[in-house]
Amino acid sequence: MNTMTENTTVGYVTDDGRQIGGTIMEMKNITLRFGGVVAIEDISFDIHEGEIRAIIGPNGAGKSSMLNVISGFYHPQEGEVWFNGAKRPPMKPFEVAGQGIARTFQNIALFKGMTTLDNIMTGRLTRMKTGMLSQAIWWGKAAREEEEHRRKVEEIIDFLEIQAIRKTSVGRLPYGLQKRVELGRALAAEPKLLLLDEPMAGMNVEEKEDMSRFILDVNDEFGTTIALIEHDMGVVMDISDRVVVMDYGKKIGDGTPAEVLANQEVIDAYLGVSHD
Amino acid sequence: MSAEFYYGVEVFLNGLMAGVMYSLVALGFVLIFKASGIFNYAQGVMALFAAMTLVGLQTGQVPFSHLINATFGLHITHFGWELPALVAIFLTVLVMILFAFLVERLVLKHLVNQEPIILFMATIGLAYFMEGFGDLMWGSDIKKLDVGIPQGGNVWVENHTAFLGGDDFYGFYLDTLDIIAAVVAIVLVATLVLFSQYTKTGRALRAVADDHQAALSVGISLRTIWVIVWSIAGFVALVAGIMWGSKSGVQFSLSLIALKALPVLMLGGFTSIPGAIVGGLIIGVGEKMFEFLIGAPYLGGATENWFAYVLALLFLVFRPQGLFGEKIIERV
Amino acid sequence: MLYREAGDFKTSYAEDNQTFPIKFDRYAYYLLLVVAFGVVPFIINDYWANAVLVPFLIYAIATIGLNILIGYCGQLSLGTGGFMAVGAFASYKLMTAFPEVSIIIHILIAGGITAAVGVAFGLPSLRIKGFYLAVATLAAQFFLVWLFNRVPWFYNYSASGQISAPERSVLGVNVTGPNVEAWAQYMICLVFVVACAWLARNLTRGATGRKWMAIRDMDIAAEIIGVNPLKAKLTAFAVSSFFIGIAGALLFTVYLGAAEVGEAFGIQKSFLVLFMVIIGGLGSIFGSFAGAAFMVLLPVLLKNVLVGGMNWPTDVSAHFQFVIVGALIIAFLILEPHGLAQLWRVAKEKLRLWPFPH
Repeated sequence: MNTMTENTTVGYVTDDGRQIGGTIMEMKNITLRFGGVVAIEDISFDIHEGEIRAIIGPNGAGKSSMLNVISGFYHPQEGEVWFNGAKRPPMKPFEVAGQGIARTFQNIALFKGMTTLDNIMTGRLTRMKTGMLSQAIWWGKAAREEEEHRRKVEEIIDFLEIQAIRKTSVGRLPYGLQKRVELGRALAAEPKLLLLDEPMAGMNVEEKEDMSRFILDVNDEFGTTIALIEHDMGVVMDISDRVVVMDYGKKIGDGTPAEVLANQEVIDAYLGVSHD
Repeated sequence: MSAEFYYGVEVFLNGLMAGVMYSLVALGFVLIFKASGIFNYAQGVMALFAAMTLVGLQTGQVPFSHLINATFGLHITHFGWELPALVAIFLTVLVMILFAFLVERLVLKHLVNQEPIILFMATIGLAYFMEGFGDLMWGSDIKKLDVGIPQGGNVWVENHTAFLGGDDFYGFYLDTLDIIAAVVAIVLVATLVLFSQYTKTGRALRAVADDHQAALSVGISLRTIWVIVWSIAGFVALVAGIMWGSKSGVQFSLSLIALKALPVLMLGGFTSIPGAIVGGLIIGVGEKMFEFLIGAPYLGGATENWFAYVLALLFLVFRPQGLFGEKIIERV
Repeated sequence: MLYREAGDFKTSYAEDNQTFPIKFDRYAYYLLLVVAFGVVPFIINDYWANAVLVPFLIYAIATIGLNILIGYCGQLSLGTGGFMAVGAFASYKLMTAFPEVSIIIHILIAGGITAAVGVAFGLPSLRIKGFYLAVATLAAQFFLVWLFNRVPWFYNYSASGQISAPERSVLGVNVTGPNVEAWAQYMICLVFVVACAWLARNLTRGATGRKWMAIRDMDIAAEIIGVNPLKAKLTAFAVSSFFIGIAGALLFTVYLGAAEVGEAFGIQKSFLVLFMVIIGGLGSIFGSFAGAAFMVLLPVLLKNVLVGGMNWPTDVSAHFQFVIVGALIIAFLILEPHGLAQLWRVAKEKLRLWPFPH
């Protein structure tokens, strides 16, 4: 058991001896409304560099909305988002991506008209710098850049063990592989913060083990900070360093998996004890 | 108040009338879009085809006469009989129902899960097909459509409003046909709204418009609904065809009204029946008033060709769902 | 057996990325270029140039342009006719104002002007999607035709409202005007087509093409992974309009010689090019060529069969054409929404295995 308290800004060491860095993302008093519905109510938590942070909670708690706030897709009516030590001004989602935040989606959002390779290549778009004129002529700069990025993408394809399907149209792939390709697309951006929205949804035990291994490897090899929404408690306990628990838009728990799961409020939320 | 002002009011009133005529065509679109999510570009051509068939039946034309003559070297054009207007209208309604049935069978059934853009383009293909087919069947010459609707400036209105503008003003010139069309349109809309809200079929229609899969799972036959909807749309097309055809004759340009209906739909929202009326009125008035106040004096006229679209475009930029449409919430 | 791939390995990413990865295809393509540049100009005659080849080449450029917008970027546009008019009138004004400058420069500038106009009318695409956007582009179509009709400056105040292409030559050979020869018309269009197709291919194979396709497939996800939707959509409009403008300029100067805006560039043109895109195949450069060829050849074929062969009056033949085009559009959309390009791909797949069934 490590001696964690909520929301410290300095790094810490996990149970298994990994060194976690300082805060890279802080959500401060976020409130998000859709008309009359309050999706997120005054939630604050932080994410440390290099850690695996799980966001859990019953359905409808507002978890995906929180991820959308982090991606810049939804703009909270109140509260601040701090990234890399600086307050983030209201930004368009593509600008957020440029800052180094990549994500996967709850309902797979791959580009169905393209192959696996092309989909993962789109993850490199924030790093492709040749101007349109050079691209129109192709030979020279554009061709070289294309090759460079292709090399990088092939590394990711090797890492995720999807070489055989690189030229297959993603629409034809089974669900589990599509999820893996989507992970590849997010990884291709070499993000500082990787957001995973229910990466294990709809998978069987084997597939979950594979996906868990990939997630741990990403964190291990590339040092990527990961925030993930997940329903499978076993996975949460196993792979995450710290957990945030949400219910009806409010935060009801924040700490290590063990701490959080011992919390009575959290247990009540999952068992469906009625709220006022 | 000067005669000038009253002329302006007259333009306004005529704009309302024109708007009602647009709404008649827009109604057909809304019905089909509501029930199948398809934007039926062929609605205008359906109005043209319905009108042609009506005239053809009324005057006893031989269908496909040009084709027959060309292939067999004959010179036949008419059977020699004539049908009373109401009988011809009834028969045309049957033809439109048959048309709806065929469209569902041959086209819609095969395109069930495609994206809206593909469905839209299929209706463009359908429009071209029906255009050529109608011309082959009844000939492309301009025909006079007369089902007995009185036309010409309404004398009663003129006489009773002549007092308004002083000596230079002779009373509002409103075409009787337009007045009748307005009444018909209102009755039609009211009927359709009541039908969709209070009858079993109407409810089924609304279910289908919402979610095909869910509607299927509660036992609604998608195909039957589509045939019903396209038949109603065909009937609406016939009414529109009669009104427009009586006014300007049955000719190719009738199908171009479909294009005018588009800005109406943008304003009123694609899924709202009352919206089609309100949108039509706004476009009708907007067009005529713009031409009267700015187009004719300063821009050389004929602004009616494009004003409706620019108006709709500006509107859309600020309110993408139209006046009555449902707000689109994007989800990821 | 005929169509071999055995032994054709790629040892570098550059090789993997090329336009014609299969040797057979590549050689066929080179052969085609040799025939197009080296054989056809010597055997072409007026009829073939005017009825088939020149319109095919010109519409191929327009179709590539519209395909970029609709097929690659997913933005539906019905304003093609209007944009072709912009290209035509821009080239007309430039040619009459600066008669010493080469027509090639004028056509390129006309393309650039059309690109700017395209961007302006493409701005609503940021708020409006799908067929709402199609209707917005109709605003462009009708407005532009009205503009070129009503503002006499555009047609140099001529009484008829028509514009006529002045005689111009390239490298000493007439390419416009009443004395132009068939092969010259053909060659100038061919050069433009090859250049445009090459540019289009390069743009669609790299980052720009991927951004367009990402927006087409799922624009929200595209934005979240880093694609700037404003830039992507507007560049699609710009590039697309550039090609369509060039096609319009060529249509007017080289093919028609004289044009009246309502007739030559009305909404029926927009639909014609749209049909070429659909029938040819969305998102395919080869498809653009196939679709253009199809829609150019069909009326010629029908005319020869119906009017020439069966002695039908021309208006009946014209109506029949509508029926056939309409039916074909529907048939294509039902059977092969990806058009002739997909049919071709499937045929090649089968050829790779022929004579074995699988």
